[in-house]
Amino acid sequence: MANLAIRDLVKTYDKVEVLHGINLEVQDGEFVVFVGPSGCGKSTTLRLIAGLEEVTSGDIEIGGRVVNNLEPKHRNIAMVFQNYAIYPHMTVRKNIGFGLRSSSAPKAEKDARIDQVADLLGMTDLLSRKPDQLSGGQRQRVAIGRAMVRDPAVFLFDEPLSNLDAQLRTQMRLEIKKLHQRVGSTIIFVTHDQVEAMTMADRIVIMKDGYIQQVGTPAEVYHNPANTFVAQFIGAPAMNMIEGEVKENGSIQLSSGGQIDADLPAKPGQRITLGVRPEDLTADTSAPFLEGSVAVREPLGHETLIYVKTNAGEFIAKADGRHPPDVGATVRLGALQENLHIFDAETGGALV
Amino acid sequence: MAATEEIRLSSDALLKANKPKRPANMGQFLRWGLLFLGGIVMIMPIVYMISTSLKWPHEVYNLKLIPDEPHLENYTFVLEDGRFYWWFVNSIIIALITTLCNVIFDSLVGYTLCKFRFPGRYIVFIAILSTLMIPTEMLVIPWYLMSQQFGWLDTYWGIMFPGLMTAFGTFLMKQFFETVPDDFIEAARIDGLNELQIWWTVAMPLVKPALAALAIFVFLGNWTAFIWPLIVTNSVEMYTLPVGLSSFGDEADVAWELIMTGAAISTIPTLIVFLIFQRFIIRGVVMAGLKG
Ligand SMILES: Nc1ncnc2c1ncn2[C@@H]1O[C@H](COP(=O)(O)OP(=O)(O)O)[C@@H](O)[C@H]1O
Ligand SMILES: [Mg+2]
Repeated sequence: MANLAIRDLVKTYDKVEVLHGINLEVQDGEFVVFVGPSGCGKSTTLRLIAGLEEVTSGDIEIGGRVVNNLEPKHRNIAMVFQNYAIYPHMTVRKNIGFGLRSSSAPKAEKDARIDQVADLLGMTDLLSRKPDQLSGGQRQRVAIGRAMVRDPAVFLFDEPLSNLDAQLRTQMRLEIKKLHQRVGSTIIFVTHDQVEAMTMADRIVIMKDGYIQQVGTPAEVYHNPANTFVAQFIGAPAMNMIEGEVKENGSIQLSSGGQIDADLPAKPGQRITLGVRPEDLTADTSAPFLEGSVAVREPLGHETLIYVKTNAGEFIAKADGRHPPDVGATVRLGALQENLHIFDAETGGALV
Repeated sequence: MAATEEIRLSSDALLKANKPKRPANMGQFLRWGLLFLGGIVMIMPIVYMISTSLKWPHEVYNLKLIPDEPHLENYTFVLEDGRFYWWFVNSIIIALITTLCNVIFDSLVGYTLCKFRFPGRYIVFIAILSTLMIPTEMLVIPWYLMSQQFGWLDTYWGIMFPGLMTAFGTFLMKQFFETVPDDFIEAARIDGLNELQIWWTVAMPLVKPALAALAIFVFLGNWTAFIWPLIVTNSVEMYTLPVGLSSFGDEADVAWELIMTGAAISTIPTLIVFLIFQRFIIRGVVMAGLKG
């Protein structure tokens, strides 16, 4: 187990810079999830930590030691790949034991270690099978077992669940989290799925175009997004956005025509973007600032999402599960002030 | 609706099952006919080889399939002729060593070209490929002059050296290594294997079908090689089987019945090689099909 530090990490491929100076500290035993759209540099960061790619500039430190020039095998890490990377020509036992090949421990000790890991993952009776006799979830477990068997300081996962179907993904998500609680190792987990990030992480690192957008606990990035990108990336359906301008008296004039009286850290005349999550936007309000007609209803059981057409575009809002407004009905929407997110219209940064 | 459809389908199947044969189908007939013809064309030389090996010399130019007096004298003669064993052993040694070298070196180079990024990689690959375009006939003279200078004439090494690695084999293996996911290799790297271990324990087992195909090609190619062994060897003991067999008879007359007898015997190792390796090839094809 060890902490991990990344300092001013830059990576260029053929003169194209794909990471532009990443900084991050990960505590010993922390579960950190990198999330971001495809192509934002998550895998590249992970591969740099693993030592599969060479650092262009900056430092990577594992357990207090700079590992930039160390081979992957000397970094004391293990990695689980998206398509498992378990070898089809070897049994489960061989696959799990593969990580111990280069260790000099006696065979009995290695076998005991394999059995222990298999037991932890509930795969003891599958040890003599070949990968093609396993289900997707079981293969994933073998891959995790192979990573665990060496007891590495840091686990790296690169989208390990994206090949599984939805139900299995939810199940494995929970299993990996439980495993982390039991084993207590440092984990860096990469995904493009914000739900995975929210449910698993101690801390989330949100990336875009080779920059870190925000680092924080799931609650922090959800309730206090640092910019419009994070605001819209985290949470589903995505946060509603509307343009506006701060007036002399400090209230906001929205492009829809509505007005909000708010106490803002903004200068009069400043152009802003107002964000409000669908679950916070409702017709059950004393101070509505949007008006429109219900275009579509999406019943979710305990509540109904309504898609409301306004003169400033379509907004998603929450309505009652039992008695939602009819399609075509006119609704007036508003939200509590604490649930309004205000961003600078030009930079996209949050105003607090 | 769907249920009735299903019932009708299954009753159709029952009706069909009761009929002894499917009605003759023109397309099917044509297909089988063509396959049959192809089969005949392929099998005829072998039939003639065996038929000729059972004939007396005076019958050889009579193209009858069944000899008037079939006999095994030719086999006795060839097998009692000590030279035949020499040639057989020479051919076996040369074909085996060459096959082994190709399997190892072609796949090492193919693997390197496929899985490593280094400057000049593409140029090396093109250079190797371009040698495929030079016909063997053009190379024979430089090979000979080279062998002469190095003193390799009339030696095993002289016979083998041009074929220990082939551009075709390298190309074939490179293409097959493309099917081995990079993740497999990187996972092994993280697990602490060195590059040679990764090649041997991870990559090679995954391309077994290709290795088997390569082994068959190379073995057959060397087993039947004629021009270069003929040129580079002088003494009868260094001949390979094809060269040796062609020397049966004298200036005036070619002893076809003996040549065919030797040829018939020399097909046995090729059959064995094929039987050993075809399992891998067929399994490879089946596995590739199942993966999809
Ligand atoms: N080997 C490579 N050569 C060139 N460009 C690469 C290479 N690997 C990744 N990239 C580029 O780097 C960027 C980040 O990729 P990656 O880290 O794989 O993104 P993701 O967040 O989807 O995992 C992408 O624009 C990708 O095209
Ligand atoms: Mg990726």
